[in-house]
Amino acid sequence: MESNFYNSQTRYPGIFGWLFTTDHKRIGLLYLGSTLAFFFVGVGLGLVMRLELIRSGMHIISAQTYNALFTLHGVVMVFLFIIPGIPASLGNFMLPLQIGARDVAFPKINIFSWWLFIIGAACALTSLFIGNGPPDTGWTFYIPYSIRTTTNVSLAVFGVFLIGLSSTLTGMNFLTTIHRMRAPGMTWGRMPLFTWSIYATAWIQLLATPVLAITLTLIILERYFGIGFFDPAKGGDPILFEHMFWIYSHPAVYIMILPAMGAVTDIIPVFTRRNIFGYKAIAASSLAIAFVGYLVWGHHMFTSGMSDTARIIFSLLTFIVAVPSGVKVFNWIASMYKGSIRLDAPFLYVLGFIFLFSIGGLTGLMIGALSTNLHVHGTYFIVAHFHYVIFGGSVFGFFAALHYWYPKMSGLMYEEHLAKLAFVILFIGFNMLYFSMFVAGWEGMPRRYYDYLPRFNTPNLISTIGSWILAMGLVIMFYNLIHSLFAGKKAGNNPWGAATLEWRTTSPPPTDNFDEAPVVTKGPYQFR
Amino acid sequence: MIETAHNDPRDYTGAKLGMWFFLFTEILLFGGMFLLYAVYREKFTGDFHAAGMEMNIGLGAVNTLILLTSSLTMVLAISAIKRNERNRSLMLQAATIVLGAVFLVNKYFEWAGHIRRGFYPDSAELLAMGHGKVLFFGLYYVMTGIHGIHVLIGISVIGFMLALTARGSISGGDYIKLENAGLFWHLVDVIWIYLFPLFYLIL
Repeated sequence: MESNFYNSQTRYPGIFGWLFTTDHKRIGLLYLGSTLAFFFVGVGLGLVMRLELIRSGMHIISAQTYNALFTLHGVVMVFLFIIPGIPASLGNFMLPLQIGARDVAFPKINIFSWWLFIIGAACALTSLFIGNGPPDTGWTFYIPYSIRTTTNVSLAVFGVFLIGLSSTLTGMNFLTTIHRMRAPGMTWGRMPLFTWSIYATAWIQLLATPVLAITLTLIILERYFGIGFFDPAKGGDPILFEHMFWIYSHPAVYIMILPAMGAVTDIIPVFTRRNIFGYKAIAASSLAIAFVGYLVWGHHMFTSGMSDTARIIFSLLTFIVAVPSGVKVFNWIASMYKGSIRLDAPFLYVLGFIFLFSIGGLTGLMIGALSTNLHVHGTYFIVAHFHYVIFGGSVFGFFAALHYWYPKMSGLMYEEHLAKLAFVILFIGFNMLYFSMFVAGWEGMPRRYYDYLPRFNTPNLISTIGSWILAMGLVIMFYNLIHSLFAGKKAGNNPWGAATLEWRTTSPPPTDNFDEAPVVTKGPYQFR
Repeated sequence: MIETAHNDPRDYTGAKLGMWFFLFTEILLFGGMFLLYAVYREKFTGDFHAAGMEMNIGLGAVNTLILLTSSLTMVLAISAIKRNERNRSLMLQAATIVLGAVFLVNKYFEWAGHIRRGFYPDSAELLAMGHGKVLFFGLYYVMTGIHGIHVLIGISVIGFMLALTARGSISGGDYIKLENAGLFWHLVDVIWIYLFPLFYLIL
């Protein structure tokens, strides 16, 4: 068998050659395996929640357990899956390849980041089992309940702190890599748009996460020392906590979506056989989203008692931040015009992404309007909105990228018919699961409640059945991807006929990525 | 910026760039706390003024001079190794560590003084003093505490650099690690330069 990064000589033997590797490709796979494992934990938590909500008055779990479930579902999905998600797994694997480099700028910090992530995840998951049990505050840890509850908030929050540090260091690493390690001829204007999206994301990871770090530290200090920053009885302000929390957590959602948009932008030209429409606009829109995304956090707090002036400004900025996303959607569609379309699984997921993300984004504008927000805040309308953008957007984008780069990472091809079947089932299940939540929320069903009034029975039943269909789609998709690792056909260097640099080397790549350092003479989507 | 290092494993500019990116994150970490200070100072201006009178300006000033001097010794340590004057560099790095340690000792005595008088989070005395003072001291302990942790980290890092310098891994030909450690130390110093006026001077 030819030599590649899987069977190369490593500094440490056996499994330690993986656990203490400094090879960005191995680190990417470490992240991929761990984040997907956490994804399935999160899916499981969600399925139990949906079972509890199948009918009004149905109680298979206690109210306390339900509160812990939705908290963990949020913490696991947000911090253990989607934020590390694409950047740490596919970003780690593909970034150096896409810019023609041998590795990232700081390989040792790279593996250290993974260990921080794992230890942080262990802390968060341990909080499930010891003492007074898992946190029941919601993943947003609002004051005062997060201070008063006797559940394991401090341990869980400390775990998230470590994961945040991991994210910050990865951002620093990727920024330095992109600035310093591009191959000869790869100007900024010739970088793939996936790389551009990783760049914009890295800026958010770098600058937003420290605010989360200090906010989480203050929760722990408050629980142990009663300092009073957020306690009105001591002169503090609980709304200040919300401000500090959302100053990170809003930019965080752009960490979640930008890499998925970048992957989608790389995939479209390959499956339409034409150059991307509006390269500069797409690159600029990534930076614009990253920047404006820092200014809109107040839209999570419209009902908290902020002044009208503040709310109007945040609402206006929220409308503005939607514009660069709109630019991307139009450019993607324009990139398909007069293309020679190949409807394989990556492209199907891309189409799903565009459709579902658009629904999520447009409902976001509805929520960003002050008048509607008053009615839908705290309802299932919000839950549906963010699942459309994060799951329908980021995760479908992730699935597209997973199928697209599968042959490059494994050297094998997944089975196409099964992949298409999985997509269709997933798509149907997803819309049943979440569209009904728009209906329930619009009708007034509140979120984070373990039970509801009988008039919400119908959308909830449809939603729970949708969750089972979705789960089935996921099972088929992952069965396909895993089974193909054993039974898949050899894929070759460039099965898709793509033009970005990662396809110039073998599948899987050798440890040093390229046998000869590449020289770049044309753009990333020029096929001739 | 077509001028990249590509695959060069000894990328001096890249190493510096990474460190500056990291320092930017520290500014944001402390920034969150400075935000809290700004908000509560605006809300409780009188109380902050009164609480500030409890602080020992002399001790604060001495600590400021200590940290500034330690930044000087650090810079001189780097200059020395650039000229391959290893022993001089080792002495200056050690001096930096000693000055950092003295800073922490001073801080210990300062905190002990306040705690003995009942000015600590959630104490009966403090709670009786009114909201603004509670928050002032809360901010004082949290901000100087987290700063102190960074001083300790800085001391450990410089200690590690001292070992590397003694071993020869840091030399006139390769001193980027020491320079980056120096940058971190300067950041720790600069943060104190902001903390000092906010808690001791602007009354």
